[in-house]
Amino acid sequence: MNDWVEIGKLSDIPRRGARCVKTPLGKIAVFRTATDEVFAIDDQCPHKGGPLSQGIVHGAQVTCPLHNWVFSLETGEAQGADEGAVRTFALRLDGEKIFMDANILLAVAAE
Amino acid sequence: MTEKLVVIGAGMASGRMLEHLFDADPGAYDVTLFGAEPRGNYNRIMLSPVLAGEKTYEEIVTHDANWYAEHGVNCQFGKTVTKIDRNAKTVFADGVETPYDKLVIATGSAPFIIPIAGKDLPGVMAFRDLDDVNNMVAAAEKPGAKAVVIGGGLLGLEAAAALNNRGMDVVVLHLMGHLMERQLDPAAGYLLEKELESRGIKIHCKAQTKAILGEERVEAVLLEDGTVYDADLVVMAVGIRPETRIATDAGIAVERGIVVDDAMQTSDPDILALGECVEHNGMVYGLVAPLYDMAKVAAKTLTGAEAAFKPVQTATQLKVTGVNLYSAGDFAEAEDREEIVLRDAAAGVYKRVVLKEDKIVGAVLYGETGDGAWFFDLLKRAEPITEMRDTLIFGQAYQGGAQLDPTAAVAALPDDAEICGCNGVCKSTITGAIAEKGLTSLDDVRAHTKASASCGSCTGLVEKLLMATLGDAYNPAAIQPMCPCTELGHDEVRRLIVAKELKSIPAVMQELEWKTSCGCAKCRPALNYYLVATWPGEYEDDNQSRFINERVHANIQKDGTYSVVPRMFGGLTNPRELRAIADVADKFNIPTVKVTGGQRIDLLGVKKEDLPGVWADLNAAGMVSGAAYAKGLRTVKTCVGSDWCRFGTQDSTGLGVRIEKFMWGAWTPAKVKMAVSGCPRNCAEATCKDVGVVCVDSGYEIHFAGAAGLDIKGTEVLCHAKTEDEAMEIIVALVQLYREQGRYLERIYKWARRVGSDSIKANIVEDTEKRRYYYERFVYSQKFAQVDPWEERVNGKDAHEFAAMAEFGMPQAAE
Repeated sequence: MNDWVEIGKLSDIPRRGARCVKTPLGKIAVFRTATDEVFAIDDQCPHKGGPLSQGIVHGAQVTCPLHNWVFSLETGEAQGADEGAVRTFALRLDGEKIFMDANILLAVAAE
Repeated sequence: MTEKLVVIGAGMASGRMLEHLFDADPGAYDVTLFGAEPRGNYNRIMLSPVLAGEKTYEEIVTHDANWYAEHGVNCQFGKTVTKIDRNAKTVFADGVETPYDKLVIATGSAPFIIPIAGKDLPGVMAFRDLDDVNNMVAAAEKPGAKAVVIGGGLLGLEAAAALNNRGMDVVVLHLMGHLMERQLDPAAGYLLEKELESRGIKIHCKAQTKAILGEERVEAVLLEDGTVYDADLVVMAVGIRPETRIATDAGIAVERGIVVDDAMQTSDPDILALGECVEHNGMVYGLVAPLYDMAKVAAKTLTGAEAAFKPVQTATQLKVTGVNLYSAGDFAEAEDREEIVLRDAAAGVYKRVVLKEDKIVGAVLYGETGDGAWFFDLLKRAEPITEMRDTLIFGQAYQGGAQLDPTAAVAALPDDAEICGCNGVCKSTITGAIAEKGLTSLDDVRAHTKASASCGSCTGLVEKLLMATLGDAYNPAAIQPMCPCTELGHDEVRRLIVAKELKSIPAVMQELEWKTSCGCAKCRPALNYYLVATWPGEYEDDNQSRFINERVHANIQKDGTYSVVPRMFGGLTNPRELRAIADVADKFNIPTVKVTGGQRIDLLGVKKEDLPGVWADLNAAGMVSGAAYAKGLRTVKTCVGSDWCRFGTQDSTGLGVRIEKFMWGAWTPAKVKMAVSGCPRNCAEATCKDVGVVCVDSGYEIHFAGAAGLDIKGTEVLCHAKTEDEAMEIIVALVQLYREQGRYLERIYKWARRVGSDSIKANIVEDTEKRRYYYERFVYSQKFAQVDPWEERVNGKDAHEFAAMAEFGMPQAAE
């Protein structure tokens, strides 16, 4: 069962930008696209650990700031010739408010 | 002794003739070239794009000062030859006599000015040369300015579209019933009229101009039917007539034009004539292809070889961005003619092929012109089309069963099919040159065969030939797209940002038809820079289109922490600054403090959330961001100069500090590192920097285009400045020119290699007015750039960057 926890408001994140949610065992990057969709993925590139929340957001993709790997925010898969993936986490948008599943926060924390 | 050749007229025909002459026999003549315009030869066909702001004059120059110098041409530009003395064999210009053994008259044509009242008022002009273009551009600068173009032919419409592009209210007056009646039938003329009207150009056909009205200068145009159009500018583009006065005065045979035989000889055996000023077998010519043929013949005649001019049919294309129109041959209706017509109103396509005895005699294409060359080829070869008549109008791809892709269609053209009409280059010449000379790019083909080097409308065909001949080895590097989001290269995008006055990233993506909705990490930072550099004070910087370093004004490190480098102007610091740096390092547990190669101090390993605190403390000690992360001015390295050094010739430290204080904050295409050395011992290593100064007793040697990174390259000397003020102005103007021309991420040395040091010197050293212009543009843009980004963020800007959105301890839900 989902147990939604509010993590912030849509306006906390700039369009085509990202913010982080800190959990005891790592950061989750929460993205807002130009069209106000929101996505959450690990804030860690599988290549060299670059903070994906710091990358340039284009469409529903982000380019890692360290070595330009591109990830789909929807699937977490690396795009183009690079191989790898990051975990994606479900979000719920209720008006301005963004919610994340508390069980996910638990799962992240428990690993 | 070498014979003396005098050429009157420095236009496209004589320019091409000289090329052929120097190719055939470089030492045959001492050449003196007179030109009425104060400049050498340029591609006159491309004046329309220059007027529209889509190209610059520099881009259409075909022969520059170097070329003339290399071939020993004595250039007399800005001088009009007023008399030919055929007995003494001399010409006179400005009272100076120049003797000749052979004389070539290439005076071209003069615009026809309708003899009506008001034709001499200021503001009435022709559309003939660069001065006309400059005058029109100046007139278009006035907000809400109105233009009336008299003449709805090729030239008039190109002028009208270009002026409309520049924001003028434009009316076209055309005497005949439809536009371009010599090239188009009424249906195509109608489509063209609709297209131009949809852009806001008013078209008035059957318009008989009665008078141009105005007191001091032009104010309006009055038609016979009583209509009055207000006008700040009137462009007469009703036609041209051969410029023959000088030949008439000299007693040479002249009819409509200067009469020449097949060898381009006039009635005087020592005088040749070519170009728009001549008449051959009762015909005068205005399109470039036959003129280039004349040039070939004249060059042969001059070297004693036999040659004869044979006129060929030519096709026409209108150079208005976004309008596709092609016409060739004769398409008047007649008893013995048939036509095949294809219309697609929704797509705005109209195609009409006129047949006589099963052969194509004319073709008009509007909206989709890809098959123009193919129809034209069938027309010239008088190929019977009986067998493909049913599908003829659909074009080449539909012939012979399976559809061909466009490349295969070009590959299937016969060897003698003409590809470049302007220069008369056929397919086998191009494919032959590609194979023999190992050509790999469009520029190569242009250089070796001239194909696509004039009006450029056959560029697509030439590219397809490269593709068909080289296969996968062909990399159309001539225009490397910016990124996969667009087909356009950096230069085109930049040019169009200016020409179309695009002032936001969404506007660029919409207008230039970006293939992605939101760009990518390659194009967005580039577009952001181009917009910042083009529209200072107007464009609002898009932080989300900057790389993280420029977004948070610090350098990201491999572990996700940041490094912070405060500015130390000219490498000078003091105890107060050093104490503040030490205190900051202690307070925030900054693990590494390092002296950089640019003479300042780097604090490495700062946590992102600590950045505003670190900056606040550094700001309090009077330090600002060193922009060590920016595509912008990084450091100006100096030595101690005449203040301390026994060899120092000037105050190099002072100049370095001055440059850095003046220029910090400016964004540039890539990083810019500078240095000032106080003497030629060069302790500041100025000769491997983007811009360097080496002080000498007599002043300042200014260097540029050095590199000491991936590439190692010593600088080139730009010039010598006598005073510090002059040195400042030169350096600032140089950087501004680079800001306006450099491609994003292209360092100064690469930019200089691409555009050529000579063109940089021409703008910055030789032309002090231009230098001042660039200097002042830099000064203007600095008004908006010299704001310390650290202080802004200490005061709360972009606070979201430096704090997590939410923080969770051990989740409550787990318990």
